[in-house]
Amino acid sequence: MADENKPSAEVPASNGNAGAKPPEGATSETGGSTPAAESAPKPAAASPDVSASKPAAGSAEKPAAKPPPKKKAPAVMEVSPWEGPLVDALKERFGGQVTEFLSYRDQDFLVAELSAAIPIIEYLKLEQDFDYLVDITAVDYPKREKRFEVIWILYSFAKNTRVRIKAHAADGESPATAVNAHLTADWLEREVFDMFGIAFEGHPNMKRILLPDEWQGHPLRKEYSIIQQDQDWVRENLHIESA
Amino acid sequence: MSEATSLDAPEATFLDSNEMVLNMGPQHPSTHGVLRVILKLDGETVRGTECVIGYLHRGVEKIAENRTYVQFAPYVDRMDYVAAVSNALGYCHAVETTAGVEIPERAQVVRVILAELNRIASHLLWLGTHALDIGAMTPVFYCFREREEVLKIFEKYCGARLTTHAFRIGGLQYETYGGFEKDCLAFCDWFLPKVDEYEELLTTNRIWVGRTKGIGILDADECKEYGVTGPVLRAAGVEWDLRRAQPYSGYENYEFDIPTCQNGDTYDRYLVRMAEMRQSARIIRQGVEKLAPGPIKGKVSKVLKPAVGETYTSIEAPKGELGYFVVSDGSVQPYRIRVRPPSFVNLQALDRMCRGSLVADVVAIIGTIDIVLGEVDR
Repeated sequence: MADENKPSAEVPASNGNAGAKPPEGATSETGGSTPAAESAPKPAAASPDVSASKPAAGSAEKPAAKPPPKKKAPAVMEVSPWEGPLVDALKERFGGQVTEFLSYRDQDFLVAELSAAIPIIEYLKLEQDFDYLVDITAVDYPKREKRFEVIWILYSFAKNTRVRIKAHAADGESPATAVNAHLTADWLEREVFDMFGIAFEGHPNMKRILLPDEWQGHPLRKEYSIIQQDQDWVRENLHIESA
Repeated sequence: MSEATSLDAPEATFLDSNEMVLNMGPQHPSTHGVLRVILKLDGETVRGTECVIGYLHRGVEKIAENRTYVQFAPYVDRMDYVAAVSNALGYCHAVETTAGVEIPERAQVVRVILAELNRIASHLLWLGTHALDIGAMTPVFYCFREREEVLKIFEKYCGARLTTHAFRIGGLQYETYGGFEKDCLAFCDWFLPKVDEYEELLTTNRIWVGRTKGIGILDADECKEYGVTGPVLRAAGVEWDLRRAQPYSGYENYEFDIPTCQNGDTYDRYLVRMAEMRQSARIIRQGVEKLAPGPIKGKVSKVLKPAVGETYTSIEAPKGELGYFVVSDGSVQPYRIRVRPPSFVNLQALDRMCRGSLVADVVAIIGTIDIVLGEVDR
């Protein structure tokens, strides 16, 4: 984590998430923003709101002109509320632990407290037939107070529907593992750990999966440059002196 | 999970012999690339396996964040490189969903035809190498002969054979060449009897049956537990195919069966894939009939900037569910692209399938999952 303190230029300005707790393990945050103060009127904690840029306006700008000049208020994801019997059941069961039920391009997702994610996954599996955990992944927003969004995608064979669960995690915070509910979470969580450094609590084998075990840094964090690599590891193990 | 962790704590065996740890790969002809499997053996019996992967890791998802949507398109071909067209279809479909782009009818049909041709090519490569692993030398030559014809069609269409970059976001780059329809139909006519020939070689072959029946069983519940999709899931009796369950690219307009079997063993997976090749040919024929003149590219702005948002879309690749999770921040570059690769997820079930089987069967089981390491490692 050589340049931990150097977030990349194109990270979106955070809109924070209302009611976010202070980061528990945020040791290396540079504190680039204090988003709680400016939580947007629209409850779009879900959206990667970008600094400026008209969405899809497609003007004659060349790709090289990025980042675009600031023109308008930050764009947000145009979500619509997600309603239905499943939402009602979840509301009744989990109450305030689920902050939002949203839908974007006909894809339903919910935003929940990090600690509630696994209970929701277990509930959906046992009582709502969501028996297939499609994927676990994360997105890094370095300027947010809680920089990671952890995302679980579930599918129900019986209902032929997908649901995404989204939770915010600060650097160093550990979501609980989903391995006890879905064995497939094993490798998926290891990959998230490998790429983002999010360690899942209770995972039986929490180690890197794609990169070598001794590798330093987590490549899909935004401050990890595209040309960066663990030079020491490369030198020691591959005997390559790279530039 | 107690089973998965027991690798570290070998249990006492009947003769109290020492367990042996054997390294298979990464340079091993039957691991189909650079997969390293650490086998824990008790005599000839496999007590546990551990996969070591990542030898082909190129950081595709990181590259995506540093390219525009259009620039990233050729990279997806290099994940599952034996089914590059399917990868391209999945990626284009994902970006089009995020950006809300409509695809013209003709482009959709051509996409389906090429994707099904690619499914045949992918299954042929699987069949040839799988049979070779088990010891049947002949099929690989036949399979490569037929696969060659598919690659020739690709080459005539876009100039490339393997990493085709066949599609563009919004439709197609190239109109089909003169005689495309004829080539496709001729291929189907010529190919279907060949499938019968393979079956004649293998389906009732005593060695083949002996080496595959009852080997590497994964039942339907286990498949769901492990998130295993594609032919492996269908061989366990689950009639689930994304082309039917959540149609894309106009698949709802085609008639085709979803082949299934009940036992979920290596032999059943073989039967399912053989049947799928026939179904693909059936879809190609319908596609050629549907092919009407028309535009091949929808309205996409030169500088593609999808609105802020995130979507997960997936397609039925030859190996299972291939998903793309796209996060757009409204700029020309994706904020994040996550690829949900079928090979990676399916490979995880290797341990369960190998436990209790013989060392020689590990080779058969790796083959039957049908993995491509380029996609596992990305």
